Amino acid sequence: MKTVITSSGNKLSSEFDLRFGRASWFCLYDEDANKTEFFENKYSNSQGGAGSKSAEFIIELGAKKVISGDFGPTAKNLLEEFNIQMVILEEENNTIDDIIKKLRK
Amino acid sequence: MPRRKRLRKVVSPPGFKGYKPYGTSSPSKDHVELLYEEYEAIKLVDYDMMNHLDASKLMGISRPTLARIYKTARMKIARALVETKEIKSVFGNAWMEKDWILCNNCNAKFTLPKTVKEAICPICKSTNINALNKS
Repeated sequence: MKTVITSSGNKLSSEFDLRFGRASWFCLYDEDANKTEFFENKYSNSQGGAGSKSAEFIIELGAKKVISGDFGPTAKNLLEEFNIQMVILEEENNTIDDIIKKLRK
Repeated sequence: MPRRKRLRKVVSPPGFKGYKPYGTSSPSKDHVELLYEEYEAIKLVDYDMMNHLDASKLMGISRPTLARIYKTARMKIARALVETKEIKSVFGNAWMEKDWILCNNCNAKFTLPKTVKEAICPICKSTNINALNKS
């Protein structure tokens, strides 16, 4: 199963980004292959519609789970429609590595 | 035992985690906890200019209850302003319109789409979970 985690950088040591549509990077974590891949969010600085465009991107990646700090209303509706599980983590100062370790347990 | 509180419906949670005073002469470490339902009451009555009856129907509570929530909300905001305290938004006795589920073990909030069969927390695999909008 594939999981997307919003990240502020393109390394495993990068901090988890609490924003969804305007997150700088998306980390795609493949649980079965135990691989991570980083994708830059092209819409992080766009004028509007960052949430829906990011949600579309995640649907294209084929992820089944998204971990972020919060989801906007349009992103929420879109992800819901495609049966993608949304997870909200509110604690700050998490790194991508921390979250993947928690998932692996 | 007191009667349990009916959950108040909140259409969307506040878009902030808190407000901080700046330029204060003596920094106060204390804060005021504004509940989600209090924020919603202020929003419906003072921002959307609804009357108390319409607002109470929208939140699924009675008019006197809404009036009480609205009153505590104003008292809290006034106290924060006068005593230069931070305002923090706290979950309170609310439920969201969307079906969010809270893990009691690791405090993660998540949804369960139809394709997910087992009801476990996606982060810590705990089964100690609660629906946020169960009445």
